[in-house]
Amino acid sequence: MKVNKMNFTFSSLPENVTISRMLASALGAQLDLPINELEELKVAVSEAVSNAIIHGYNNNPDNFVTLELEASAEKIIIQVIDTGCGIPDVKQAMQASYSTDPERMGLGFIFMQSFMDELKVESEVNQGTKVIMVKNLKNLQPSH
Amino acid sequence: MERKIERQTLHVFLTGELDMKNATELKNTIDMEIDKKGIKTVVLHMGDLNFIDSSGLGVLLGRYKKLLPLGGKLKVADVPPHIFKIMEMSGLPKIIEFISDETA
Repeated sequence: MKVNKMNFTFSSLPENVTISRMLASALGAQLDLPINELEELKVAVSEAVSNAIIHGYNNNPDNFVTLELEASAEKIIIQVIDTGCGIPDVKQAMQASYSTDPERMGLGFIFMQSFMDELKVESEVNQGTKVIMVKNLKNLQPSH
Repeated sequence: MERKIERQTLHVFLTGELDMKNATELKNTIDMEIDKKGIKTVVLHMGDLNFIDSSGLGVLLGRYKKLLPLGGKLKVADVPPHIFKIMEMSGLPKIIEFISDETA
């Protein structure tokens, strides 16, 4: 199978969170990912893109988020990139219940970690954040 | 979003997807009813909901926290299995009452 790459850059608008996860889900569906895995993929992408908009850009809609998808026979690699404020302490931000807003649960990174096989976060203050997530396609247990 | 009030209970019927796009609208709708109409119990009907992420779960947690000091309650009804799985990871089932529509 030839590696299939796509790159989607979009305004930091809430409605684009929906489009992002639909795109990832459509790619996963083509690779015969089971439905429960597709649901998890959608949540992971939703969390990463929401984080970019809410935290990276502080909900300012005049910025851009890039979603990069790469699918091969072995895995799907998803990157969510913003050029926003960055995360001063990535390790702390990735802990459970770390949230800067009482209305939020601080679960974004926990969901990304639980639902994907690999999660890597690269961030520089005032430069931006890149979230790299990998879903392995081999040895997937068909379920539901 | 469809909603109805019975005595001091607000029922909200969620459909489609609940994420950061509509989380604020849901929060404001519920809070307005609590503040203006003295709602004590909020029941979120989730039978027709097909997606939730942490933005959506944050609305649930926030409403739970808001109702608690008012002596009120948040309940969720008819949660689809794949959504329950995500809620379970958030720990919400430990503090929020899950019911089926028959008992709502």
